[in-house]
Amino acid sequence: MTSTVYVRYEVLRNFRNWRFFFLALAFPLVLYFIVGTANRHARFNGTTFPLYFMVAMATLGTMAGVLGSAAIIAAERSSGWTRQMRITPLGTGAYFGAKVLNAYLRALLTIALMCLAGTALGVRLSATGWLTLIGLLLAGLIPFAVLGILLGHLIGPDSSALAVGGIVTLFALLGGVYGFQIATSGALFGVIRALPSYWLVQAGKTALAHGGWPAEGWIVIATWTAVLTVIAVFVYQRAGSQAS
Amino acid sequence: MATSNASGRGIVLSRLSKSYGQVHAVRSLDLAIAPGETVALLGPNGAGKTTTIDMMLGLTRPDSGSISLFGMSPPAAVAAGAIGGMLQTGSLVEYLSVTELVTMVASLYPRPLEVDRVLRLTGAAEFAGRRTNKLSGGQTQRVRFAIALVANPDLLVLDEPTAAVDVEGRRAFWAAMRAVAAEGKTVIFATHYLEEADAYADRIVLLARGRIVADGPATEIKARVSGRTIRATLPGADTARLATLPGVLNAGLRGDAVTLSCADSDAALRALLGQFPAVRDIEVLGAGIEEAFMALTSDENDENRETTLLIKD
Repeated sequence: MTSTVYVRYEVLRNFRNWRFFFLALAFPLVLYFIVGTANRHARFNGTTFPLYFMVAMATLGTMAGVLGSAAIIAAERSSGWTRQMRITPLGTGAYFGAKVLNAYLRALLTIALMCLAGTALGVRLSATGWLTLIGLLLAGLIPFAVLGILLGHLIGPDSSALAVGGIVTLFALLGGVYGFQIATSGALFGVIRALPSYWLVQAGKTALAHGGWPAEGWIVIATWTAVLTVIAVFVYQRAGSQAS
Repeated sequence: MATSNASGRGIVLSRLSKSYGQVHAVRSLDLAIAPGETVALLGPNGAGKTTTIDMMLGLTRPDSGSISLFGMSPPAAVAAGAIGGMLQTGSLVEYLSVTELVTMVASLYPRPLEVDRVLRLTGAAEFAGRRTNKLSGGQTQRVRFAIALVANPDLLVLDEPTAAVDVEGRRAFWAAMRAVAAEGKTVIFATHYLEEADAYADRIVLLARGRIVADGPATEIKARVSGRTIRATLPGADTARLATLPGVLNAGLRGDAVTLSCADSDAALRALLGQFPAVRDIEVLGAGIEEAFMALTSDENDENRETTLLIKD
């Protein structure tokens, strides 16, 4: 009754889906080298352009990567596999755990490649700086990993790509991933500061300053995670007692 | 028989109902199954077989009524690993070989069967190393059976397991199922093939429009269902008297139209003409299973009409 075997095969399945992996990794990396090489000595938003853009591409790539769970889950649901798993003793914890682990393995690979790419374009951080940056990125992705699972249980496989694309764009735009803030004061800025993507972008700056997020950042991430987890677990378990 | 399992040892469905909007998929169904029984749920499409099975597996919540599987609720029985199921539809996840997939599922159960043995038993051993997306329809079905079987469950639930399987595949499937049933497991399978139900079940539960219309040893149900149906016009008919005619199993009435389900339609027809000279527009219908079901349930179309169906026992 060890769920470790289950998780191991889930991870194996994930890594064998190399097209998915390739696309998730290649897109931010290629974009980074194209844009980053041209602006490698520029300064941007109070930091070097390669550092800003490394964090931006890592954020975009990992957000898309972890939200990609939605497409995988939606496909499993429509094929009937999720129902088959529901009549096994597989617990909600192991099910969610395996999905989150896979999302994070994809994210870690993206982050590692982006950090290497950044180093190639002259990004220099101290060991503490690197660890802070990677740690904050991983923490800030938790709500998106949960959102991916939630979306997968709400939408069908044909609309999942559209939904993931739209959500990534929306969060990236509002959070300032594209290099500009829609608002820097007022009510809209308050909304923006309440988004997890805003704090992902801030991870680059805080890492450079050897700081971490202020308490506000942690509260935002924790709140999004808690709310989304409750909804996702509810949706997953509700679907179990209905015909979907 | 129906109450002997009240101790919780077997499977007890009581007053189970489920509706989807206006459609009454299952209507106040009562069923008790003893451990070790192999029971066929036989019925045409829309009879409520899949809804009943989904409720037993905890996939669908009943509107009312209760289900006890060895004294447990369906979710508890599933969590305890006591149930193995093969759903009506479903494909396999990709990027794993057959062996890997069955091993993954086996790992979720407390007392799984040995994977190699299950693959041999289901005939999946010959393509065990193949990726699941490279399998034919019949091979996929074997792997789905292997997934249900590897659980080593107390109760095996199979929803139309041989749909879309060729003749040879069916034979192999039922041989494997028999081997499992022989180990004392309780097996419930849904089918709309009378031959399958007759050949592989100890007991047949006949479902139509969400109700049990007959329940008994396979031989008895087969005789009942495989008879012919006489339909005729008979103003002022007395169904109780019609049902006592030789060869008649039950009699239904709607307006002036009489429907007689017959074990021996020749005897019934002779007696009908002799005792009811007013009878006219006589039709004798062959024993298609759909027709047999219709005949057995002909008066249940209309909720407002009082049921005059009589089943002799």
